[in-house]
Amino acid sequence: MRKLLDVARLVPPEMKAFRQVFEYETEDERATVASALRELNARPRLLDIEGNEAAVISWECSCLQKKCGACAMIINGLPRLACDTRLAELAGERVTLDPLAKFPVVADLVVDRDAVFTKLRDMGVWHDNERSLLTQDKASDWAYEATRCLQCGCCLEVCPNYVPDAIFGGMAAMNPMARLLEETPKAERKRLARSYKESVFGGCAKALVCRNICPANIDIDRLLSRANARAVWGRH
Amino acid sequence: MLSSTSQASTPTPSTPQASNPAMPTPQASNPAMPIIIGAGLAGLSAALSFARAGQACHLVSPQESERAQSVMAEGGINAALDLMGQGDTPAQHFADSWKSAAAITDPNALFGMCEGAPDVVRDLIGLGVPFQVEQGHMIQRPFGGQSKKRTCYVKSSTGKALVGALIDALRRYEAEGLVIRRTSSELVALDVDEKRCVGAWLCSTRTKQIEHLEGPVVLATGGFAGIFGPSTTGSTTNTGDITALVFSQGVKLANLEFIQYHPTTIAIPGKRMLVSEAARGEGGRLFVMRDGAPWYFMEERYPELGNLMPRDVVSREIASVMADPSCENCVFLDMREVDPIVWSRRLGDLRDECIRLIGIDPATEPLPVEPGIHYSMGGIWVDEQHRCSMGGLFAAGECACQYHGANRLGGNSLLGAIYGGKRAAQTVLDELAQGKLPIKPTQPLEVRQAAVAFNPGIFDISRDEVEREQTIQEILATHLGIVRDEKSLLEGIEQLLKLDVGNSVRLRRRVLLAHACMACAITRIESRGAHCRSDYPDTNESLAEQSVVWPGNGAVVFEFRPLPGLRAESRRVLQEENLQVDGLDENDSTQGTEKTWKGVPF
Repeated sequence: MRKLLDVARLVPPEMKAFRQVFEYETEDERATVASALRELNARPRLLDIEGNEAAVISWECSCLQKKCGACAMIINGLPRLACDTRLAELAGERVTLDPLAKFPVVADLVVDRDAVFTKLRDMGVWHDNERSLLTQDKASDWAYEATRCLQCGCCLEVCPNYVPDAIFGGMAAMNPMARLLEETPKAERKRLARSYKESVFGGCAKALVCRNICPANIDIDRLLSRANARAVWGRH
Repeated sequence: MLSSTSQASTPTPSTPQASNPAMPTPQASNPAMPIIIGAGLAGLSAALSFARAGQACHLVSPQESERAQSVMAEGGINAALDLMGQGDTPAQHFADSWKSAAAITDPNALFGMCEGAPDVVRDLIGLGVPFQVEQGHMIQRPFGGQSKKRTCYVKSSTGKALVGALIDALRRYEAEGLVIRRTSSELVALDVDEKRCVGAWLCSTRTKQIEHLEGPVVLATGGFAGIFGPSTTGSTTNTGDITALVFSQGVKLANLEFIQYHPTTIAIPGKRMLVSEAARGEGGRLFVMRDGAPWYFMEERYPELGNLMPRDVVSREIASVMADPSCENCVFLDMREVDPIVWSRRLGDLRDECIRLIGIDPATEPLPVEPGIHYSMGGIWVDEQHRCSMGGLFAAGECACQYHGANRLGGNSLLGAIYGGKRAAQTVLDELAQGKLPIKPTQPLEVRQAAVAFNPGIFDISRDEVEREQTIQEILATHLGIVRDEKSLLEGIEQLLKLDVGNSVRLRRRVLLAHACMACAITRIESRGAHCRSDYPDTNESLAEQSVVWPGNGAVVFEFRPLPGLRAESRRVLQEENLQVDGLDENDSTQGTEKTWKGVPF
């Protein structure tokens, strides 16, 4: 299988933006965008398709198993995890790689996702009492579903309502909030509910594009409806 | 340090400070503020302990906690909560762990961890970790090498759920200003004054700016198994470079020969994927084809624990049947008989992962597995209180050599990371209260700085380094495999010492660390736990000591270091429960930490 990796470059310190195409060939049907990037960067000399010497391609990765969310980037126009995207499943020879567009670019495919974490802090996403109530199977299942969020940013990228540093935190904020709401008794939910209403419920127009893009396949609409029921409608 | 995440090689940084890294920007820092390096479970746990005690701290990591290797841990966390009504106790947890550790870990530290485990898990429940609950009750699963069902779990994504809960808990203290997150920042050197650690130099992964902080340092940087490269199951960020760095600065390491090969891993592009021990805990069986029929060799050879023998045993057995000419050269993990309810309730995530990454549904087809490098039992030498050999420096989690001895039990690493982080933080708090910390440097900053060879772009990997890095990985994989012998180890050392690493400081340190691993493996002329010598197949009781190494005059200095005995009160607990525990020194002392270091150059 032969692929042409068409990479958006932004190389420090000059930070000049340009595109560069790399040829990559493999027999391994399981090869992913991540394994291709790793192999390109491990070459003794990295040459682009025109034979020019190229700088190492900057991108973030850690687990390579879809457990950490580090390697989120735009692949052929869609936000995905590089480690979870097989080259063989991408139609055509050319594969375009771009950094997530809603965050400032640090270098090449690396973006600064600090806004996501700052938002969670500003929203006060934590338990007030460090004693949660987990006695029912169902509550535990939904809390588990919420913990699966990778904070990768793919959902925020496609969300028509999310803008970094605005009030709405997107589903990356909903997920950890949903866990806390699942675990907090009704009488103690006031602060969380207020924050949730302002930073999640109030901003979400229920486009639910996130549902189809989440690399962890989190059951976002069910989780969202449970969290809304708890925080907004005062049920459960 | 981050081979794949480091930014483009830029030998000409943009700012005046960065272009001369020897002149870091002076930053006002409070020397009493501990600096935690690493924001995985051990680092999070240490930070939370400081914050709960009202002590402000720095938490340094190259990426967010969500990206830490801890999120990859699957199987669970051990604690003798006895939720399954089997009469489990911390003393039995100790006895099982001690047996697996094969007598070469500090028994008092281990006893403390097993006693502290129920509180650790209760705390995690309080923080909202959605542990497995069935019919309204939390449950525990059986795991390798354990006499009781002791492993608390969150399907097979326990690490992810634990990290998430600690991140949320810590966030509150970040908002209060008690925890200063320094994300996108990595350690480039310890600030050493008269052989004591008084601070750290950090480098921004984004701007390449160097920053200096004064204060006690807690290392929580993960294991060093990454020096083996793509044959490991861990994160690509765990390269072993921090262990290599502090070693080169004189910090002692221990038990480096004890590298855990996890029995069931599968190669995927660029790395090995772990198939959690939970697969066997929930009924998975290992077999090999022999004379055209499946042979369930573990069940035949170990009728009592079968597929759930400790990992070192299972890995060696797999290696031995694979080498057996009467068997086919592939071992399978057979989960076809696992109950559909177990699949849906407890192992759904594992099944999805196998289908997606390997293309095999383990519910209908056996998985081809083989042992892969998973965990370093050894690492930075610490005492029972998690103090390193260098004053002002502490270590916890996989980077530290503590609790696991010659072989770690599944479910003890998450526990060791959280308990160890907490314990290390407590020691720092105690020493701050006693006035032992912070250490006031005697030499001016410029002098300390001059001793550290800052290399511009020290973490940028130049092209010619890549190949040499792979050579080091190949040497280690070849000569430090599951089974070792003197001849092969000597060849490995010779190849390492011949390797031309050019000007690369990073590679020179890696060679030194690899050399130290080999020195430990060659000096331990016995087989014990994960260290298996074909030329010395038996355990030598007189070597029930830690292998300790440090650098000296460009060489590796080695010594066997005796461990303290188990305290009398703990021994009484074992006696009261009628637990027969071998290899426990009668000598009730903690002398191990007081002894003078007298190694021999290797």
